[in-house]
Amino acid sequence: MTSVAKLVRSIPLNGFRFATDAVTIEAASPAARLSIRATKRGVTSLSKSLGLTLPADPSKSSKKAGRHALWLGPDEWLVVDEKLAAEDLIPKRASREFSVVDVSHRNTAFIVSGDDAATALNAGCPRNLSLKAFPVGACSRTLFGKAEIILYRTGRTVFRVECWRSFAPYVRDLLCEGAKDVRN
Amino acid sequence: MLLIHCPYCEDDRPELEFANAGQAHVVRPSHMSEMSDEDFEGMFFIRDNPKGVNLERWRHIHGCGRFFNAVRHTVTDKFLKVYRAGEPRPTDAELAELLK
Repeated sequence: MTSVAKLVRSIPLNGFRFATDAVTIEAASPAARLSIRATKRGVTSLSKSLGLTLPADPSKSSKKAGRHALWLGPDEWLVVDEKLAAEDLIPKRASREFSVVDVSHRNTAFIVSGDDAATALNAGCPRNLSLKAFPVGACSRTLFGKAEIILYRTGRTVFRVECWRSFAPYVRDLLCEGAKDVRN
Repeated sequence: MLLIHCPYCEDDRPELEFANAGQAHVVRPSHMSEMSDEDFEGMFFIRDNPKGVNLERWRHIHGCGRFFNAVRHTVTDKFLKVYRAGEPRPTDAELAELLK
């Protein structure tokens, strides 16, 4: 009899939470993530199979029932689904018009919220995060300190910060420092 | 910090998101094996180093990931114009106009 080893998936920083008066930083719950590259025709068929439109305009996102599509480049998107597994999202039929890669476990995410969330993020992110320049629904790949992140504004004072899982402790520490500076 | 306009994101972004990618409009020859050593050296290694207007490739590496071209003044560090990869080199008259 051979026994099959069972692998247990670990989630980086599971259950992490840090809060000051003005900023709350939490580890986001596990989610399915797809990295998508597609031609114009591929976008049409993928939008149909995913059930939400892949936005064509720079820095825009679309969402539907816990599923988000983030514009990253002229032919690149990130799809995040907070409920389903990635296997359920990937189209059954391959195509020359698009590539869909499951990156669910490459990334992890933080939810940064509170009145001074933008100020805490600006501790490491050089972008203008005012509501005018980065409105609700805006998303973009950018830098946070030395780590590359994908920043997505889900509410007036709520941001989702996607980073690679190996960068998570660094992003967490820098976010906490930023949050502490706000309080002072 | 410099703000650089990305023609694909259609927005001004901090310079940290960008990487310089050398001289723009360097044409790769179609028959490289037939080139003389001197011509190859000129094409492969020798680059302009002007004081003044410079045409450069840039990559929005921590953003949309795209390469694009820019006209930058090497003394003032000012970006005079950015345009998408594949678009023609600005004419000398257009460059002179940008400097005004």
